[in-house]
Amino acid sequence: MRFIPHTPEDIAAMLKAIGLPDLEALFADVPAALRLKRELNLPTAVSEPEIISHLQAMSQRNGHCPDYSLFLGAGAYHHFVPSVVEEIISREEFYTAYTPYQAELSQGTLQATFEYQTLICQLTAMEVANASMYDGASAVAEAALMSSRVLQRKRILASSALHPDYLMVLRTYLKDLGMELELIPWIDGEGTTSIREAEQLLGQNVAALILQSPNFFGCLEEGDTFAKMAHAKGAFLIAAVVEPTSLGLLKAPGEWGADIVSGEGQSFGNPLNFGGPYLGFFATREKFIRQMPGRLVGRTIDLQGRPGFVLALATREQHIRREKATSNICTNEALCALAATVHLCLLGPRGLRELALLNLQKSGYAKEKIAGLSGFRLSFSAPTYNEFVVRMPEPVEEINRKLRERGIIGGLDLGRFFPEMSDCCLFCVTEMNSREEIDRLLESLGELTQGGN
Amino acid sequence: MAGIGGSGLILEEGLIFEKGSSGRVGYSLPPLDVPEKEIDTLIPPSFQRTDLSGLPEVSEIEVVRHFVRLSQWNYSIATGPYPLGSCTMKYNPRVNERVASLPGFAQIHPLQPEELSQGALFLMYELERYLAEISGLDRVSLQPAAGAQGELTGLMMIRAYHTTQGNPRRVVLVPDSAHGTNPSSSALSGYQVQTLPSNDRGLIDPDRVRKLMNEEVAAIMITNPNTLGLFEEEICRICEIVHSHGGLVYGDGANLNAILGIARPGDMGFDVLHLNLHKTFSTPHGGGGPGAGPVAVRNILVPFLPVPVVEKEGERLRLNYDLSRSIGKVRAFHANFAVLVRAYAYIRSLGAAGLKRIAQMATLNANYLRSQLESSFHIPFDRLCKHEFVATDKMQQDKGVKTLDIAKRLMDKGFHPPTIYFPLIVSGALMIEPTESESKESLDQYISAMKEIAEEAERDPSQITSAPHLTKVSRLDEVRAAREPILRWKG
Repeated sequence: MRFIPHTPEDIAAMLKAIGLPDLEALFADVPAALRLKRELNLPTAVSEPEIISHLQAMSQRNGHCPDYSLFLGAGAYHHFVPSVVEEIISREEFYTAYTPYQAELSQGTLQATFEYQTLICQLTAMEVANASMYDGASAVAEAALMSSRVLQRKRILASSALHPDYLMVLRTYLKDLGMELELIPWIDGEGTTSIREAEQLLGQNVAALILQSPNFFGCLEEGDTFAKMAHAKGAFLIAAVVEPTSLGLLKAPGEWGADIVSGEGQSFGNPLNFGGPYLGFFATREKFIRQMPGRLVGRTIDLQGRPGFVLALATREQHIRREKATSNICTNEALCALAATVHLCLLGPRGLRELALLNLQKSGYAKEKIAGLSGFRLSFSAPTYNEFVVRMPEPVEEINRKLRERGIIGGLDLGRFFPEMSDCCLFCVTEMNSREEIDRLLESLGELTQGGN
Repeated sequence: MAGIGGSGLILEEGLIFEKGSSGRVGYSLPPLDVPEKEIDTLIPPSFQRTDLSGLPEVSEIEVVRHFVRLSQWNYSIATGPYPLGSCTMKYNPRVNERVASLPGFAQIHPLQPEELSQGALFLMYELERYLAEISGLDRVSLQPAAGAQGELTGLMMIRAYHTTQGNPRRVVLVPDSAHGTNPSSSALSGYQVQTLPSNDRGLIDPDRVRKLMNEEVAAIMITNPNTLGLFEEEICRICEIVHSHGGLVYGDGANLNAILGIARPGDMGFDVLHLNLHKTFSTPHGGGGPGAGPVAVRNILVPFLPVPVVEKEGERLRLNYDLSRSIGKVRAFHANFAVLVRAYAYIRSLGAAGLKRIAQMATLNANYLRSQLESSFHIPFDRLCKHEFVATDKMQQDKGVKTLDIAKRLMDKGFHPPTIYFPLIVSGALMIEPTESESKESLDQYISAMKEIAEEAERDPSQITSAPHLTKVSRLDEVRAAREPILRWKG
């Protein structure tokens, strides 16, 4: 076995040094009744070339670009990952290292994480960011918990246009802690969260109002208004950012006055990966540092006065505070954060804006054209970034099935999350969709719904 | 000097924000190929951002050089032995990386139609069965993103189970040797933590469990082998006692490496077990993540699993979201799928015999190290251990040499230190887990380095207390980092 260096001679010499007769004796402390009398029932071991061809064959049973053109987003976005990102995160020194507990041997990971924290602050216009969370959904749930901790309040209001998976995760995280979750409806025809209903639901006992922008339907929310409203009742505004490339063009939640900005960083440097690993980010105001979940990297100096980095404020964390910790998180998504860091460094301010503009313009083109097809109309009037909802002349499921035969993975069937919306489709168009692909989608939609196939 | 540490040229590298120049770029994007619209007609000006200042403006080569230099300041498994106790820093096979990056895995969307995801669902379906067999339990949720999230998921299922029995109960028993995530996850699932003291053999005492058990105790959390590297010999009795009061037994699978194919937690009486794919199943730690923390459960807990679960209907695989009593979801989408691919490749590469061999060699390595270090370092529970053992600084203390100093001095000798000051029940703990990946020669080098440190403590303790000397930076001022936190670059 190539992963195990021991020869029979090594084993014999080591057993002798320990003073044991055989390998069985190493497990003398396991009660005999518990010792497995058979081999585990697992497939036989295979060689390296075999495992590669086996998994290649398995992977080929999945449809993907460029065999299919993809118009799905909804929390997982198809963006270009530059070659440099893949190369850097493939460096063993990064990917085979542990959490940087021993700072002197981990300055690479620590400095990169410090840079990541800075980039997240710049992107969101916030003051501090942690070293990463599991994903956007759990990061939003942790934001709700932090609001409750800081304000000592138990009610959370969330926009019903928050990603349905995020809402479900939020509900799961809150339910055992005696916290309440209430939803603010969206406005029919507009696609944005109702300001009027939010105002009515806000009371003195609300810890936070959670608002996603662009929201699950791709619509842009008036963050400033919600922030003012929440603050008037002493509540936090939590901004959930699920598609952060939008921040190349859209006012940052920090500028609205958000107290916590959390969300998903996958769009930067991380492939779709069938849903993970992705990257939760978490940013807030400096005054709440000690209430934050997750690891933080800080800059300090060594004995000679040279600058260096360490894990800072660990007294908030589980390995020190145990049941009183601000979160139970230990392993996070460091390598995904590194990918995002490298991608953001390559993009810089110009690239980020250009990327966002490409997404806006291309999806704007697709949106206008689809809305012009007979029988199709836009569900919502609010401005959008790279996703939009279309009401279709036939059930989305039907249309998507026909598109599939033409090598197109259509938008998300919203009936999956909202039964009354089974004729509504959430399309996503990014810089990865060429005009040719978009035109082919338009053509197919036109043909398929006119009785043809 | 014993060990493999030398010195070499270290290149200085400032923050990326201090590099580059206005107007420099490191990206390349396709041109706009649709008719361009005035931005203001698409997004009202009040929604638009005006300031992106601060982001670096650097060329591609500057980015590459920056991160390559940073990488060279890291120690990693690929660099040398990394015997962090409870972390299982084993070799991360390169083939795992290769298969995880196959476009048919890396480029697929989590919400794409099931008909176009059959390969991915098949992998998840199979992996679930492998992990269930290895654990001796019935079903597995692959959803949790890490061990701690697996704990939370497991405890939420336990709570949901008790709730359907009429009382969610209030308390979770956690041994004083447990990982910090155990009490923390208990609190996050709404439970009070009651600490269970270990006995003088470093084990859980069944009689103490009996005294603390009552109808308000929802569960006990047990790591077996425990964090001292010792097998809980009374595990069956403990499980019986807990079960007899209607409680459930939660297993922290962080230390599963020692018993793969030797004994199964399900057979011991565990009802729930999380597995750390980034420990036992060789997926890389990535400098802190991503990992994956699947949770295996006994049949009684299956109705409470998070959704979706993968089911087989004839030849077709599908995602089932319809579990009536599911706790819900703990993260978006399905799982850290790319991590699952790596673990799958690892299990298939080893097979049953290979996995058992892993456990044997991990245990052999730990016992060999223990037997060779016992003359130079105090080992409080100096008897047969599993994958790891705990030494202390007791024999060096009178020279003013502490655990932290020993750890730092090991760096000069070319090795990553062990986990230190954990478990909390051993003063000055050095928790050493060599894993199966280290050869005898590599262990012998580690032993020589440790012995030399013990000798230096006698002759020249200042060499140790001022260590490390050869690393990029010397000891860093953590107090300053906490007192005046600088958590970002401000320009």
